[in-house]
Amino acid sequence: MNSQKYMNPYLAGFLLGLVLLATIYVTGRGLGASGAVKSVVLSAVVAVAPEHSANTPSINDYNKEHPGGPLKDWLVFEVIGVIIGAFFSGVISNRVGIKLERGPNITNKTRIVAAIIGGALFGFGSQLGRGCTSGAALSGMAVMSFGGIITMLAIFGSGYSFAYFFRKLWLK
Amino acid sequence: MGPLVPFIIGSEFNLIIALIAGIGFGFVLEQAGFSSTKKLVGLFYGYDFTVLKVFFTAGVTGMIGVLLLSHWGLLDLSLIYINPTFLWSALVGGAIMGIGFIIGGFCPGTSVCAASIGKLDGLAFVFGSALGVFVFIEGFPLFEKIYIAESWGPVLINEQLGMSKIVFAILLSAIAFAAFYVTGLIENRVNNVNSSVTKQKAIYYSSAIGFAFILLAIVAFLPDSQSRIETRISKELKRTDFTNMLVPADKLAHEIVTNYYRINIIDTRDPESFKSYHLPFAINIPFEKMQDREWKEILDQKHKTNYFYGDDAQSVNKAFLKAGIIGSAENFILSESSQDFRKMFFELTPPGPDASKKEHNSYQFRNKASTDMQSLVEALKNSTQPVVAKVSKIKGGC
Repeated sequence: MNSQKYMNPYLAGFLLGLVLLATIYVTGRGLGASGAVKSVVLSAVVAVAPEHSANTPSINDYNKEHPGGPLKDWLVFEVIGVIIGAFFSGVISNRVGIKLERGPNITNKTRIVAAIIGGALFGFGSQLGRGCTSGAALSGMAVMSFGGIITMLAIFGSGYSFAYFFRKLWLK
Repeated sequence: MGPLVPFIIGSEFNLIIALIAGIGFGFVLEQAGFSSTKKLVGLFYGYDFTVLKVFFTAGVTGMIGVLLLSHWGLLDLSLIYINPTFLWSALVGGAIMGIGFIIGGFCPGTSVCAASIGKLDGLAFVFGSALGVFVFIEGFPLFEKIYIAESWGPVLINEQLGMSKIVFAILLSAIAFAAFYVTGLIENRVNNVNSSVTKQKAIYYSSAIGFAFILLAIVAFLPDSQSRIETRISKELKRTDFTNMLVPADKLAHEIVTNYYRINIIDTRDPESFKSYHLPFAINIPFEKMQDREWKEILDQKHKTNYFYGDDAQSVNKAFLKAGIIGSAENFILSESSQDFRKMFFELTPPGPDASKKEHNSYQFRNKASTDMQSLVEALKNSTQPVVAKVSKIKGGC
């Protein structure tokens, strides 16, 4: 059985906008993703090196804001939801399975290495920029935040500027 | 009135809401094709603009929805989280994210979606982003300077551009719809196809665009909930007879002395006048602040009677009417101004030798009431302060 076609992008966008709107209405904040990675990394750092964490001011400040532990965080629960929702969507559209997607001219190994490097840059950038495409760009746009919108312009502007140099990763 | 957290829905339950919101988020992202890295980077090479279409549609939908809810008085925009602007970190961080996007083929949210349905490259990206976050946390002192430079606070884009929210919303929507059209043309050229929109789809799309602009027109041209309240106040101001609602100062003083725990005395003046003098036990709720969340309980409660006062009848009457519109408590108006009240009770002059008996009586009464009020205020200094509901600004961010 073939996997089903993707949803019409405008319909998907409309639904995503409604999810975002409902989230803002109920909780007063938008969606996010990279913040959850931060919580997981922090709890790992605290677990592995408790003494070191206690001596690092940036970790300490975060722990003070999260008296229930770094994992008891809004975004962590939200991302758990993302995993469930995406998996459910994959199941009903028959897209679940171990797969690796890459450009036609690179090996699997190159793809994995590129994904790790890209992830590292994105993870780092999202901490510096206080949010990623979800938290800063998308949610920022809905509430007309200047910071969110310039972050979005910077992400996509830089993506376009560098696309040429990395075309071998993706194109024939 | 939204946001419902933490005033109506508790902070603990908020985590369950996070889970539900996440399920919706993940489901739609995956359905849109954001779990496929090829679809995502198509944006940068011009063969697939799904990301732009989904992203822009979602942003515009959310934005119009936020404006509409606030227009109808359902969402308090002063309480929702606005991403703060730190100019350099936003630009530099964004640029780094852009490079990460083009090399890694995902962004954090989409990589989680991809990993959830078994994409190994998605999983690798998630692992990589954890590494990047780790580097940032450990090396924070190195980046701190740029991280906190040019802190502008939660500024809004429309303020920066010097336009109203609705003008910006109309502009952004128009840009989005134009972008959808242009990117469709680019897609056709890059992929060497000539797919045209079917007639049925064209009808759907144009009605959706029309609907968006109708909603924008509602925000732009119809009176919002605030101005509807104002209109109602000025209408009722003309036809309401306030005589039955007026309470003379002597009666209020008596109420304060005997029933202080069953009344609220509400000062409708500005905080400065309140500070310089106010009635015993008075709470300061200026006219403009009446709809703030912290006063909702006072204006809605059924156990106490609210007495409004101020310095001129017109503004007190307006506050009284507003309290009736937005709240459900039993309200009255003090017929005297705060200054008269002060003169009557706290700047008493004993009646002259040829004063009437009535004047003597009222002097006796006011003198006693004045000392009683003062000693009550003294005795209850700590316990009669209204419990102010704390309004917390929502924290958010990615």
